Amino acid sequence: MNPFRLIGAGVLGFCANLGGIVAFASRAIGRGVTPPYFPRQYLRQFLDIGYYSLPVVGLTAIFTGAVLALQSYTGFQRFQAESAIPTIVVLSVVRELGPVLAGLMVAGRVGAAMAAELGTMRVTEQIDALTTLSTDPYRYLIMPRLVGGLIMLPLLVVVADLIGVMGGYLIATLKLGFGSVEYLNNTFRYLQTMDVVSGLTKAAVFGFIVALMGCYHGFYSQRGAQGVGVATTRAVVTASILILTSNYIVTELFFSG
Amino acid sequence: MSQVKIRIRGVSKRFGANVVLAGADLDVEAGKSTVVIGGSGTGKSVLIKCVLGILEPDAGSIQIDGVEVVGGRTREARAKRAECGMLFQGGALFDSLRVWENVAFRLTHAEGVKRPEARERAVETLRRVGLGAEVADLLPAELSGGMQKRVGLARAIASDPQIIFFDEPTTGLDPIMADVINELIRRTTADEGVTALTITHDMQSVRAIADTVAMLHAGRIHWHGPVAAIDEPGDAHVEQFVQGHAEGPIHVDVAAE
Ligand SMILES: Nc1ncnc2c1ncn2[C@@H]1O[C@H](COP(=O)(O)OP(=O)(O)OP(=O)(O)O)[C@@H](O)[C@H]1O
Ligand SMILES: [Mg+2]
Repeated sequence: MNPFRLIGAGVLGFCANLGGIVAFASRAIGRGVTPPYFPRQYLRQFLDIGYYSLPVVGLTAIFTGAVLALQSYTGFQRFQAESAIPTIVVLSVVRELGPVLAGLMVAGRVGAAMAAELGTMRVTEQIDALTTLSTDPYRYLIMPRLVGGLIMLPLLVVVADLIGVMGGYLIATLKLGFGSVEYLNNTFRYLQTMDVVSGLTKAAVFGFIVALMGCYHGFYSQRGAQGVGVATTRAVVTASILILTSNYIVTELFFSG
Repeated sequence: MSQVKIRIRGVSKRFGANVVLAGADLDVEAGKSTVVIGGSGTGKSVLIKCVLGILEPDAGSIQIDGVEVVGGRTREARAKRAECGMLFQGGALFDSLRVWENVAFRLTHAEGVKRPEARERAVETLRRVGLGAEVADLLPAELSGGMQKRVGLARAIASDPQIIFFDEPTTGLDPIMADVINELIRRTTADEGVTALTITHDMQSVRAIADTVAMLHAGRIHWHGPVAAIDEPGDAHVEQFVQGHAEGPIHVDVAAE
């Protein structure tokens, strides 16, 4: 098929779903803020999304920080601007790469798992069973995941930022001949609160998006193993696209004024 | 004398072009055991799911104790549905929870029973379905199909519901265990005054547990009568079904010729 037509079909399909997604999210939040709450479910999601994503996010961050230092060195060396490298690394990581890469990694790891788990629960009638046991699936399954995404991704990004900066620091001091104190001083000299705040805001938005896409596509999964497969793919693809789009929008909101 | 617990009138349900129920009427008497029989795919499970609110009928009315539950967003409708227990055809056990947590799910999640006490009651209920305390800490995936079915049964009866739906309670069980389960269903209705609606293909089970039998055919309750009448039903469809002949008014499409 014509690739432009495929893109169009994808966009139209998403817009058609948009109303459903908004309704789904408002139902989950509307019910989820009222009791009963299920602390075990929240705890499980916090661990799943936050703690168990640490290795993936940490690895991504350290190599990203390292490659940033290396690349900007080879570029900036040409016009004697090497001293800007610590600033470049920290601003790129904190404002952009930390949240975006962590968001994308978590979309692949957690969003997919959520869609697969909820999809399987839908297909094997476990979600129906919840209602017959007087337990609201939105409160029990959806809200803990949404809150988990919203809270844990910013925490993950704090860790990713630190590790990313450290990646740059290691390369700069071990390989590119920077002094340790000088590098760290330069790192924090031009960093502003707004850089950190915008990065963490992005992370919260991305975390919510990942969880919402995982939950929505899993919850409305079609029957059969194939249905679950489709739900998983959609969860990851829509979450990734939405992360990149909303990244631009949030950046625009923070830094245009 | 006999009081109607569940009144089903003109319930219709279709999935796309597939008309499953076309105006089904059924009265389920309080404290009695009603069995629904009918060919595979005639919509027996769909009928129960409409009563439970898992599926929304396209038309018709369903009352429990005189309370309309179709479209049931009211507090009363929800309270009536909370009196129902359900054994799903496929078990629908929560595969991330241990066996006892499955059985005690409603106690711990909707009724606020503390976990140690809930566990004790779960083990007690497991004993009623012929499972020992040693399975309590296993995961559902570690059980055989028949054991999973019995855990599902235990979950359905654990919080002493007023109305219980059993979707094929004895499929997949050996004849002795099937008899134990039949006996259990018999006792819950006879001794505890519970209203039971059971779906089964197993004629031995029908004879063992039914007070009344209803046959679903072509989207409607085709025949309805006391269990004693199923051998002389005066209806060719019921007769064919009870005796299990391939020849008769019910056509089974198989690729012949
Ligand atoms: N959620 C659903 N979406 C689409 N079609 C469905 C759905 N649930 C049931 N059906 C269709 O409804 C029909 C009746 O299904 P149902 O599960 O009620 O059969 P049944 O009488 O319980 O059969 P069996 O004895 O084999 O369990 C089937 O044709 C099935 O494909
Ligand atoms: Mg069925």
